[in-house]
Amino acid sequence: MFVLILAFGCVAAVLPVLAARIGRRVFYVAAAVPAAACIWGIWAYGQISDSGPLIEQAAWVPQLGLTLGLRFDGFAFLMLSLVAGIGVLVFLYAGSYFHTEPIIGRFAATLLLFSGSMVGLVLADNLLALFLFWELTSITSYLLISIEDEKTAARSGAMQALLITGMGGLAMLGGFVLLGEAAGTYSMAELLARPPSGSVVNFALVLVLIGAFTKSAQVPFHSWLPRAMNAPTPVSSYLHSATMVTAGVYLVARFTPAFADYSVWRPLVISFGLASMLIGAYRSLRQHDLKLLLAYGTISQLGLMMLLFGVGTRESIFAGCTLLLAHGIFKAALFMLVGIIDHQSKTRDLRKLDRLGAQWPVVAAAAGVVAASMAGIPPLFGFLAKEEALGALGETGFAWGVPVLIGVVIGSSFTVAYSARFVWGAFGPRPVSMIPNQDSVRSEAVGQQVPKPSKIFLAPVFVLAVLTLLFGLVPSLINPVITRAYASLVGVRAEHHLALWHGFTQALALSAVAIGAGFALFWWRLRVEKLQDEMPKVPSAQRGYDRTVKGLLEGADAVTGFVQHGSLPIYLGVILLTMIVLPGIPLLRDGVMPDLWFADSPMQVVVGLIMIVCACAAAVARRRFAAVLLVGAVGYGMAALFVIQGAPDLAITQLLIETLGVGVFVLAFRHLPADFVRSKFRRSQGAQIAIALLAGVFVFLFTLFAIGARTEPSISGEYLDKAHSQAGGNNVVNVIVVDFRGFDTMGEIVVLAVAVLGVAALVRAKRSPAEVEP
Amino acid sequence: MTQRRSVILDLCVQAEFHTLLLLSLYLLFAGHNQPGGGFAGGLVASCAFGLRYVAGGSSALSRSISIPATTFLGVGMLFAILTGCVSLLTGHEFLESAIFSADLMVLGTVKTSSVLFFDIGVYLVVLGMSLLLLQQLGGADGTDPDEVQP
Repeated sequence: MFVLILAFGCVAAVLPVLAARIGRRVFYVAAAVPAAACIWGIWAYGQISDSGPLIEQAAWVPQLGLTLGLRFDGFAFLMLSLVAGIGVLVFLYAGSYFHTEPIIGRFAATLLLFSGSMVGLVLADNLLALFLFWELTSITSYLLISIEDEKTAARSGAMQALLITGMGGLAMLGGFVLLGEAAGTYSMAELLARPPSGSVVNFALVLVLIGAFTKSAQVPFHSWLPRAMNAPTPVSSYLHSATMVTAGVYLVARFTPAFADYSVWRPLVISFGLASMLIGAYRSLRQHDLKLLLAYGTISQLGLMMLLFGVGTRESIFAGCTLLLAHGIFKAALFMLVGIIDHQSKTRDLRKLDRLGAQWPVVAAAAGVVAASMAGIPPLFGFLAKEEALGALGETGFAWGVPVLIGVVIGSSFTVAYSARFVWGAFGPRPVSMIPNQDSVRSEAVGQQVPKPSKIFLAPVFVLAVLTLLFGLVPSLINPVITRAYASLVGVRAEHHLALWHGFTQALALSAVAIGAGFALFWWRLRVEKLQDEMPKVPSAQRGYDRTVKGLLEGADAVTGFVQHGSLPIYLGVILLTMIVLPGIPLLRDGVMPDLWFADSPMQVVVGLIMIVCACAAAVARRRFAAVLLVGAVGYGMAALFVIQGAPDLAITQLLIETLGVGVFVLAFRHLPADFVRSKFRRSQGAQIAIALLAGVFVFLFTLFAIGARTEPSISGEYLDKAHSQAGGNNVVNVIVVDFRGFDTMGEIVVLAVAVLGVAALVRAKRSPAEVEP
Repeated sequence: MTQRRSVILDLCVQAEFHTLLLLSLYLLFAGHNQPGGGFAGGLVASCAFGLRYVAGGSSALSRSISIPATTFLGVGMLFAILTGCVSLLTGHEFLESAIFSADLMVLGTVKTSSVLFFDIGVYLVVLGMSLLLLQQLGGADGTDPDEVQP
C-alpha cells in the first residue's frame, strides 16, 4: 500500500517534464497510475474476502511511538474504487478537455498528487496520517482551483477553499489529539473498537465534526464549494463532487458506528446534514450557471449522506454507502457533461444554451440518464440509493424520525426539480423567464452551430452513464461491494441487499411523492423562480466569510499598528524595561551577594580605570565618531583584561570584533549626521536616561549576583578533561565552540548569515528605487 | 568628494594584506590546539579586506576579490551543514566529530578532526558577513560619496 501511494507521487514528479514533450497525452500516462490502483484494489478485495482487512505498518517517529498504519477493508475498497476509478476517467477526460495550454504539466502532476493523497486518506488507519493526507488534499485542491492563476476569481476562490477547509482541518486535528489521548491509541481501528468515554470525548467529536463539515461543504461552511467552481471542469468533476468533498462523509461514516450514541453526534450531524440538503437544493433551483447548479446540488447530496451516516442505524449506514457510490458516479458524469458543453459552446449559462439536444441527441440521452439517476428515478442506481435512504429513515424508531423523513422528501423533490432544470436548461430551449432585466443575457443564444464533441471526449461520460444504468437494473453486480463496505463499518454481515423492487413499501410511496412534487416544481419553475426572488434575503454564508476575512485583516492591521509603530527609542525602552523588571524582581529578592575581593593584579586596576573613563566619555561625547572610538576603547580594555586572566582566545576574538565593529560603525555613520542631535531637554529624554541608568545598574548587579549564584559544580573541569581525550583538541575554547556545542555554533552562524542578508537588503532598499534591480 | 590616496597607507596595506590572510589561515588551522579557530580566523581575514577598503575605497575592495560575498555565506553554511550531515550518514550523531591522522612523509604525522570542516564553514560565513557589510554599507555600486581617486 505504501508503494501504491508513493507511486502517485513519483509519477507526478516526472509529469511536468513529460508534458513538455508529449503535450496533453501526458494525461493518458497519468491515468495509468489510478488504473494500477484500481487493479490493486480488485486484487486486494479478493484477499480481504478470505482473511480480514489488510494492514501495513511503518515506523514514522519511533521516538514518539508513532506508527504510520494503513488498513484496507471493505469500506476502503468502496472509496478506493471511487477515487481510482473516477480518477482514471477524469484523466482520460482531461486529455480531451485540454489542448496545448502551458499549464498541462503542472495540472496533471497536481491532479495525480491529489489522487494519491486521496488514496492515502481512505487507506490511512493512523489518525495523524489521516490528517496528513486530509491536509494534502486541501492543499492540492487549493493548487488545482488556482491553476489558472491569472484569474482573480480562481485565486480568491482557491484561498477561500483553503482557509475554510484548513480551519476545519485544524479543528479536526485538535479533536484527533483529544480522542487519541483519551483512548491511548491513534489507530482508528483500535479507537473505534474501544471508544473512550467522558465529556472530553464529546468536545473532541465536535471538533472532528467541524473538520468533516468544512471538508464536505456543509451549511454554513459551504460557501467555498460554489466558488471552487472556478477551477477547470475536470477538477470540479473529480475533487469537488465525487471524491474530496466526500472525505468528511467518509470520516463520519467511519466514526458513526462507534460514536452515534454520544450526546453530540446525532443532533449535530443530522441537523447540519438536513440543513445542507434543503438549503443546497433550494439554492440550486435559482442557479443559471450549470456548474453552480451542480455545485449546490452537491452540497445538498452531501448533506443527505451526512444525515444518513449520522443517523447511524444499520439500514441508514447501508443506504449511506449506496448513495456515496451512486453520487460519485452520476455527479462526476454530470460535471464532465457541463465541461463538454462549456468546452464546445464556450458558455454554461442555461439562459444562453438553446436546443442543444436537437444537435447532440445521444449526449442528451446520456445526460438524461445520469440526471435521472441523481433525481432518483427508477430503474437507475440513484433510485436504489434514494429508496434505501427513505426506507432506512422510515424505520429509525426515533422520535425525530418523522420530521427528518419529511425534510428528506422535500429535499428529494427539490433534487428532482433541479435535475430536470439541468437537463432542460442544457439541452432544451432557452427559458422564457418572468424576471425582467435579463434580455441582454438572452439576446445571445448559443446552440445553433456548436461543434460536436469527439467520441473520446464523451467516452468517460458514457461509461458512467452505463454504470449507473447497469447497477440500477442488475443490483446484484454492486451488492457485494456495498455489503462488504457495510460489514467493515458495522462489524456484522448485512442481512439486507439492494433490489430494484422491494414491493409496495412506504419508501416507494415517498419516492413517488418526491418525484411528483419535483416535476410539479419544475413545471411551474417560472413561478418558483419568481417566488424565490421575492423571498426576503437571508444573510449568505459568502457574506459571512467575506466579513470574517475583512475583520481579520483589519484586526491584524490594528495590532501591527499598535505594536510596530516604528519608534526606535520606544522599542528599546520596552525591551530594556522588560529585561530590568522580569529578572530584576527575583534578583533583588533571592540574589546572594558573593564574597568580594579587590583585584588579582595591579594591571587589572589600571585597565579597569581606563575602561571606566572611556565609558563615561562615550556617554557624553558630542560627535558620533568620537563616541564609537571610545566604545571601541572600552572593548580593547576588555580584551586586555582577558589577556591578563590568561584567555588568549577570548582576547583575540574581542580585539578583532572591536576593530571590525568600529569599522562597520564608521561606515554606517556616513549615512548619519556627524553630531548627535541636540535638542532641549524633554520629559521623554528624562525617561530615556532613567531607563539607561537602570539598565546599567541591572547588568552590573546581575553579573555580580551571577558569580554568587552557583549551586552546582562548574562544568569547566569536565570540558577540560574531555577536550583532548574525546575531541582531540588542546584548545578547549575552540573544542567547545565547534564540537561540544557545535549545534549552538551552527545556529549562530545561521543567525549571522540571515541578519547580514537582512541588513544588506535594508541598505539596498534605502537607496533610490531605480538603483535596485527589479 | 574626491581625496588623494595616502601613499603610505596604500603601501602598508599592500604589504600587510597577504600576510594577514596567511595569519587568518594559520589561526583557522591551528585553532583546535592553539588559540585561534574559524571565528577568529574569519575576523582577521575580514580585517584584511577592511584595510583594503580603508586604503582604496570600494573599488579597491572589489578589485581584490571577485567572488560575491553571498557566495562565501552560502558555501560556509554548506560546509557547516554538510559536516554535520556526513556524521549523520556514517551513523553518528549530528556534528559528532571524527579524528583522522595522516602520515605525510617529510612533513610528519598530521592529526586533524572532522570539525575542521565545520570551522572552515564558520570562517567563510564570518568573512562573507564582513564583505557584505563593507560592500553594502560602503556603497560598492559606484555611488560611493567617499570614493577615493588614485
